[in-house]
Amino acid sequence: MSDKVKKQEDLKKDAGKIFLEEISESPLTVTILAIFTGLLLGGVLVAITTEAVYQAFGVSLWEGIKAAVGAAWQTYQALFYGSVGNPSKIIAAFQSGDAEEIRWAVNPFFDSLLVSTPYIFAGLAVALGFRVGLFNIGAEGQLFIGAATTVTAAIYLKGLPAIIHIPVSLLAGFLGGGLWGFIPGWLKAATGGHEVINTIMMNYIAFRLSEFLLRGPLKNPEGFSPVSAPIQESAQLPRLFQAPIRFHIGFFIALFFAFLVYLFLFKTTWGFTLRTVGANPRAAKYAGMSIIQSTVLGMFLSGGLAGLAGANEVLGVNHNLALAFASGYGFDSIALALLGKSHPLGVVLAAILFGFLRNGAIQMQILAGIPVDIISILQAFILAFIAAPAIIRTIYRLKEPEIDIEAVTLRGWGGN
Amino acid sequence: MEPILELKGITKSFPGVLANDHINLTLNQGEIHALLGENGAGKSTLMNVLYGLYAPDEGEIYVRGKKIAISSPRDAIAQGIGMVHQHFMLVPVFTVTENVMLGDETIRAGGFLDRKTPADRIREISHEFHLEVDPDSFIHDLPVGVQQRVEIIKLLYREADILILDEPTAVLTPQEVDELFTIMRSLVESGKSIIFITHKLREVLTFADRITVIRGGKVIGTTTPAEANQNQLAAMMVGRDVSLEVNKEPAQIKDIVLETEDLVVLDDLNNAAVKGVSFDVRGGEILGIAGVQGNGQTELVKAITGLSHPAAGKLRLLGHDITHASPRTITELGSAHIPEDRQHDGLVLTATIADNLVLNTYYRKPFAKYVVLQEDKVLENAEEIITNFDVRTPSPLIPAGSLSGGNQQKVIVGREFSRPIKFLVASQPTRGLDVGSIEYIHKRLLEKRGAGVAILLVSTELDEIMELSDRIAVMYNGQIIAIVEAEGATKEQIGLLMAGVTEA
Repeated sequence: MSDKVKKQEDLKKDAGKIFLEEISESPLTVTILAIFTGLLLGGVLVAITTEAVYQAFGVSLWEGIKAAVGAAWQTYQALFYGSVGNPSKIIAAFQSGDAEEIRWAVNPFFDSLLVSTPYIFAGLAVALGFRVGLFNIGAEGQLFIGAATTVTAAIYLKGLPAIIHIPVSLLAGFLGGGLWGFIPGWLKAATGGHEVINTIMMNYIAFRLSEFLLRGPLKNPEGFSPVSAPIQESAQLPRLFQAPIRFHIGFFIALFFAFLVYLFLFKTTWGFTLRTVGANPRAAKYAGMSIIQSTVLGMFLSGGLAGLAGANEVLGVNHNLALAFASGYGFDSIALALLGKSHPLGVVLAAILFGFLRNGAIQMQILAGIPVDIISILQAFILAFIAAPAIIRTIYRLKEPEIDIEAVTLRGWGGN
Repeated sequence: MEPILELKGITKSFPGVLANDHINLTLNQGEIHALLGENGAGKSTLMNVLYGLYAPDEGEIYVRGKKIAISSPRDAIAQGIGMVHQHFMLVPVFTVTENVMLGDETIRAGGFLDRKTPADRIREISHEFHLEVDPDSFIHDLPVGVQQRVEIIKLLYREADILILDEPTAVLTPQEVDELFTIMRSLVESGKSIIFITHKLREVLTFADRITVIRGGKVIGTTTPAEANQNQLAAMMVGRDVSLEVNKEPAQIKDIVLETEDLVVLDDLNNAAVKGVSFDVRGGEILGIAGVQGNGQTELVKAITGLSHPAAGKLRLLGHDITHASPRTITELGSAHIPEDRQHDGLVLTATIADNLVLNTYYRKPFAKYVVLQEDKVLENAEEIITNFDVRTPSPLIPAGSLSGGNQQKVIVGREFSRPIKFLVASQPTRGLDVGSIEYIHKRLLEKRGAGVAILLVSTELDEIMELSDRIAVMYNGQIIAIVEAEGATKEQIGLLMAGVTEA
């Protein structure tokens, strides 16, 4: 026994090794390296799809490499300028002291946060579903329904002060999205119909329903296109800066909701129930929890959060409802909930990353002529690496985390 | 004679722990060598080293006197070493033949699979070693004991001479265990050699040629059944004296706690699994339900604990009708349940030990204030139970899944016993546990009996039933065919009843 104890102490002393082990065992490292590797591969992809690179390779190998690196560099520079801003412009603007110039220079950064906001809500929606063991593929549809109910409340409720009108409109969005989540939740509980199929079907219904609403009941009587009337000023989410910055308090509401979801999931008995049902429904049933209640509640809350993503866009950015005004957020949110490990904090970080990528991509297309789709491919790379951590571990020679059962139980029951 | 297999100084460490510490082991040709040790003693690590799943840090392996290196199961198989894992590696929707040939398929001209040659070979093997099995039947149609034979045939098909059987009896009924040992005998008689991993003392004494005991990663000693007895072996395994006999006080029988009346329960396929069962359990007594696995015990327990509802009949607990009550209602009446399948029903393996310890009380005071979880109380509760029930864990905040089976069971027992209860259903409470754990759980059950709790003990281990029960109900084919007083009952009598034989 004595030499064994000694060996264990040796292990303990080697702090550097333990530190490295801790780092390499933490899933966060994998996530960060996955993002890094995704960006790297994205660069390669840009290089091999740029015609100029091939021409440069025709001249010489060195020219070719230079052109390839240059193309990738230019792309990411454009992505950075588009999502954060052009540093030299920002410095120049601050030196000039002209307020409007400063606002223009920092606008890309705030626009990225603006794009991140619906991602936070929708990501929370999907993450909450995951925690209950539900695959809510319907965030996209719930978002549209939430936007429609919000816009209804924001247009037709008149004479309310902003302090009441905004919460009521948000609540309308939550309930609308919640209803759209409740239906597949209830179908699952009552009939066993799988939520993946039913939420996808609910998406189609939502798309067609919003189309119907915008060509009929919700259509702005004064216009020709399928767009709703503008919402009441009292329902608009206040913007924090003057034009052109559209950044509004929705971002902070989203952060607040992330915190609420965190409290709900990890600090309340309801969250305990939902998480247990998600982790092991059989044990949950054995412990007296209701699977049916949890499924329905989980889908309702998930849908509600997705509805808030729509509400946020309508009240904060668009100020009306248009066709397909925010398409893609709901589907992207599935990916970012995975990236964020279904934890509210992870979701917020992943949402900000996705927001910057999505916003930067538009500038990238304008400035560097690189199609927006490269961002989708980049996101796909990142997710593939997260989903297959073995690849990242192999590339970077990270150690596999070992849950060592014997470490815990090597010594038996005996009282020696 | 030169040993067929020799392990010299095998050492394997995992971060923070030495699982194998310079282990030496020799296996002679034609011998059944039992490797005995508690869960976590290092038996499986050693065998995984031998089978090429782990690379040893130190040590040498000799097969037939030649030093060899094994770095993958493929190498092991090439050296004639084969392993039957505790959890079978079979494809349920494939036939026996398909499973056996998997990974080593014979091809006919044109690239088509040849099923006939392997099937014939399987018939030869089953004939030669008395391993009766139909090569054309599907795995999912076969009982567990026969599936195990398929696993053994897989090894023989690959011409393994050294067979490693990891806890082969854990999943078998007593009859199947006897059959397995007959098979093992016929294998060694025809020149095969067997390493047989177990923690069951009676088995090694009856069937092994030599016994090596491992504790804490080290070989404690090698002996033979002739030289050893159960108490000695248990002491070697655990490192202290273990009392294998249960000291039972006379029962203090109180009022009826649970009554069942003509209970009919359906299984998942809507067939009647429990067919009109009536019995009652009184405070202060243990009613043991004996029977071979699959005679309706599981469904009976499900109905009593509210996990399913009976199709007919009545259930009363402490005077309340619980025929259609929910699990939570039944729990709140003062009922506790140690489930048969601890990993699926009893625990959330990914959740922390602390959370698992409040799994059915988290919503009540003191663990919740309205809807807010009181984490400090949850943690306090965990620390208290971990101390009281001797759960071996570095922290209450690690996932329950990282504990050994025995410690997982202690988490469940700790949780169920730490609240005031009047009725307890213990379903296979010691399945798969080692001697020390079994001793401990039995002691706790008798303590609760002494405190006046009514206990329904369901077990397929006849010894356990005989030792603990005050009355024994034998279940056969969905019915209770007899209830006898434990005192004066013999093993033969109960064994016959378990096989459905009622005297005229």
